[in-house]
Amino acid sequence: MIPLSWYLIFAACLFCIGLFGVLARKNAVTILMGIELMLNAVNINLLAFWRYLWAPKADGQVFVAIVIVAAAAEAAVGLALIISAYRRRQTVNANEMDMLKG
Amino acid sequence: MTGAFELSMIPAVLPEIMLILLAVLVLVLDLVYRDRENSALGWITAIGLLVAAGLGVAFSRPASEPVLLFGGMLRQDWLTFTFRLIFMVGAALTALVGTEKSGKHLGEYYLLLIISTLGMSLMASSANLIMLYLAIETTSIPLYILAGFKVTDQKSVEAGIKYLLFGAMTSAVMLYGFSLLWGFSGTTSLYELADALKAGSAPPVLMGGLALLVLVGFGFKVSAAPLHFWAPDVYEGAPTPVAGFLSTASKAAGFAVLARVLLAVFPDSLPFWTVVIAVLATVSMILGNVLALVQRNIKRLLAYSSIAQAGYILVGVAAGNELGVTGVVYYLASYLVTNLAAFGIVWLVGRQVGSDDLDAYAGLGKRNPAVALAMLLALLSLGGVPPLSGFFGKLLVFGAAVQAGQFWLAFVGVITSVIGLYYYLTVMKIMYRPGTDEQPLPMTPAWRTALLACVAGMIFLGVAFAPWYGWATAAAGSLF
Repeated sequence: MIPLSWYLIFAACLFCIGLFGVLARKNAVTILMGIELMLNAVNINLLAFWRYLWAPKADGQVFVAIVIVAAAAEAAVGLALIISAYRRRQTVNANEMDMLKG
Repeated sequence: MTGAFELSMIPAVLPEIMLILLAVLVLVLDLVYRDRENSALGWITAIGLLVAAGLGVAFSRPASEPVLLFGGMLRQDWLTFTFRLIFMVGAALTALVGTEKSGKHLGEYYLLLIISTLGMSLMASSANLIMLYLAIETTSIPLYILAGFKVTDQKSVEAGIKYLLFGAMTSAVMLYGFSLLWGFSGTTSLYELADALKAGSAPPVLMGGLALLVLVGFGFKVSAAPLHFWAPDVYEGAPTPVAGFLSTASKAAGFAVLARVLLAVFPDSLPFWTVVIAVLATVSMILGNVLALVQRNIKRLLAYSSIAQAGYILVGVAAGNELGVTGVVYYLASYLVTNLAAFGIVWLVGRQVGSDDLDAYAGLGKRNPAVALAMLLALLSLGGVPPLSGFFGKLLVFGAAVQAGQFWLAFVGVITSVIGLYYYLTVMKIMYRPGTDEQPLPMTPAWRTALLACVAGMIFLGVAFAPWYGWATAAAGSLF
């Protein structure tokens, strides 16, 4: 069987890729995708820990279900805001959202 | 895990139940009276929130010993009690400040405000990682929408996007910390985590790393440096009452969970995290106050001032003792009324003059002497001048730092407070300078009520020290 640590390393890599995407990308939709990757890394962590260490307890699975729901709500709100910005300025580029600074 | 559901648990969450009913009521009323122009919805929201706060005082008073409810999801203690009051009064004042006669989607506006308050109230009382995450998201998601609420205003939408992207990222980092906390301990209960981690002999380095991951999420909520980038942009773009709400109630919710999680989950790494928090506090105080000096937009100035205020409050957390947490609770209540008054006046001027520039405030002393006087009081209280409430908040947190032996932190706090007073005084000077327009600004009755309540609160918390201090002490006692 694949040891637990492999899953944890995989999740850590996925998390870092997501974080890199958030910090380095300019497109607001891509940033949102990076955040989703980070949340999925969390889910892998939770499920791997649950399966290997704490299997009969329901905590891990409940946690994952709640993370998925919250992520969906966040993505819905995020896309709605991005669309309403796009309607005004025809851009989804985070760098061009520069009306607020100083 | 404590026992199953009992009917006797209902009174403990009565204020939260009231909030849900109020949210439904607001939606239905908005649907029925969609076409009429009136300001009733704001009043109903505010009164409903105050009723919920009253129910909390009357029926949800914690027993002498903290109790875990609903299978260990919520903890009924004095911290919950005091913070619930802060959130609900803050939301009520926010609802009154922003009340306008016309305008579409007002029902949604108040609904989101109420739901976010519900989330904050649950944040302060949650005693479980899953519940805590859910409560944080329940608070944040409505606030993202509220920040971008004026869809016709590009600035507001931009503020919403920035707030959402930054908030979602920090909450994902925090959640990664939660997943590891759960993985290494096998329990999601905040009050069992410390023992379970000790039994699993987690190395101190790991504990320190986990504390840092979790701190990222909370640092964002309280807008402490270096996680403060969003604050000036979001406050400038968001509708002004929402900016006021973000800077007070949302910040207070962040501090409630910060104090609870650090003290409950990481008691063994206390020497480590007090240093981390002390560094965050120092950076926030210096950065916030220095950058506020050069601002020409009042909302950005207040944003940097709120970063500095977060620094002062963090001093109380960094002390890691009972006096420190007492100071945090006292400071947050005083900051709530003070900053909401300031943002209320910014809203009034911004709406009438159409500008948030500092120069728009020239002549306010002639136009509306009473409003200018209220702004003066708010700014003096923010600067920490006795006998206003801000002074006692500062006194308590700096006193706690001295008690914990962190003299340099108290020293930096006092020095930066003086810098802070300088830019607050600049705003006052502009207010009493002659302006071009001498027409008094019209005020709505709701706005007048909210401002009066804020000013009364500022003076009351400054003069009558005892009642709130007693509750704040009880709140601090429930964490140790």
